Amino acid sequence: MRERILYILAAVALALFLWNLQTIFKVLPDEANQGPIYRIVYFHVPSIFTGFTLFFVALVSSIGYLWTKDLRWDGVAAGATEVGLAFASVVLVTGMIWARIIWGIWWTWDARLTSMLICWLLYAGYLMLRRAVDEPAQRARLSAALSIFAFADVIVVWKSIEWFRTQHPQPVLSIRNGGGMAPGMEAPIYLNYLVMLILSAILVILRLRQENIKREIDALRRFAHAL
Amino acid sequence: MNFLRNSLSIAGKDLRSELRGKETINASLSFALVILLLFSFAFDPGSDLVRDISGGLLWLVYAFSSALILNRSFARELPNDCLDALLASPVSGAELFFGKSLANFTLLLGVEIVCLPVFGIFYDVRWAQRPGLLFLVLVLGTWVLTVIGTMFSALTVNLRLRELMLPALVYPMIIPAMMGAIQLTTVLVSGQPIGKDNQFWFKVLIGMDIIFTLLGIALADVVLVG
Repeated sequence: MRERILYILAAVALALFLWNLQTIFKVLPDEANQGPIYRIVYFHVPSIFTGFTLFFVALVSSIGYLWTKDLRWDGVAAGATEVGLAFASVVLVTGMIWARIIWGIWWTWDARLTSMLICWLLYAGYLMLRRAVDEPAQRARLSAALSIFAFADVIVVWKSIEWFRTQHPQPVLSIRNGGGMAPGMEAPIYLNYLVMLILSAILVILRLRQENIKREIDALRRFAHAL
Repeated sequence: MNFLRNSLSIAGKDLRSELRGKETINASLSFALVILLLFSFAFDPGSDLVRDISGGLLWLVYAFSSALILNRSFARELPNDCLDALLASPVSGAELFFGKSLANFTLLLGVEIVCLPVFGIFYDVRWAQRPGLLFLVLVLGTWVLTVIGTMFSALTVNLRLRELMLPALVYPMIIPAMMGAIQLTTVLVSGQPIGKDNQFWFKVLIGMDIIFTLLGIALADVVLVG
């Protein structure tokens, strides 16, 4: 039954995504200044929304674990961070591709780029920590504490880097401060956000299932050793 | 009151054993001096450039040498199961964490104060133009560094690859505080006035001091005891 729900969700997401792709590539015209490359925004912006949603989910599940000591919360936190980090990587990579075309360089130490990179490093550290601990309860405890620290830090990072970098005005910033998008051009961003959220939910559920099976195998192994 | 007394006795114990053995302080101080020496090969040591980047140089030295102090902080309790004994004692995890932060803070601040005149001599930087404010920046920045570092020292104490994990986790975490400390130190060392812009950095430093001290105290028992 559960399996079927996942397949249905995936099918819905796929259908929405294909329909959205058709809008993005066939219906919408090229942007006046940037040409076709602007379409990367339909993947870049929803990815960052999804990434941050997942990091927030990880924070809530980490607190949930510390509250209840139920390892399922830990599984959700781990899965959400892993998928969130994948989306954060998509944000960085698509951003760099766009920057190469529009700015002529892959990377600049602009406020948002720097904050995103630090955020990525913090959550990569979280996954590194998880790999370094063998015992499940200890791993859950330590990584929950790290997740809470990381989220608090991300907020400070975001605020302070904006301040740090914009003290020295940079030409790149004027591009972002330009007017908003036409209404018809904005809708596919939100639709893609929805698609990515569904995809993340599926991935996190699959990951959670994997964690459960892993725990079961560990328990069986310990039982076999005891015998 | 009890909290402070217990924390102070932990800090006293750590400092006493450090002053008798001088293991970490010697290592961290000589490491800091080596980095200061290495910088002289990275750029022209006599130029004006040094004054413009002095804050960054100093805090890089401090951040690197802090890793040595922080790594040992909890690891030194592992032989003879001292950590278990400490946790079984009437001292709570939060007090243990806070006491160790105080000890690390004192050690690191000592290393920093020794490094300042050495930096000034080697690179012809007049660092003592506003010593009071500079000391305040050192205190605020070092506290963030030690409070986050001590937390992660506790977090990684039982891991394999402990020495590798600690810097990888701590450095990204302290970036906002480092930016503030670097900015303010550069301004103070090069003798410019602290404008309205830079007052923001005091707020960042104080804010991070408060946030991470509270988070550390709240999560210390979770990390240490479980």
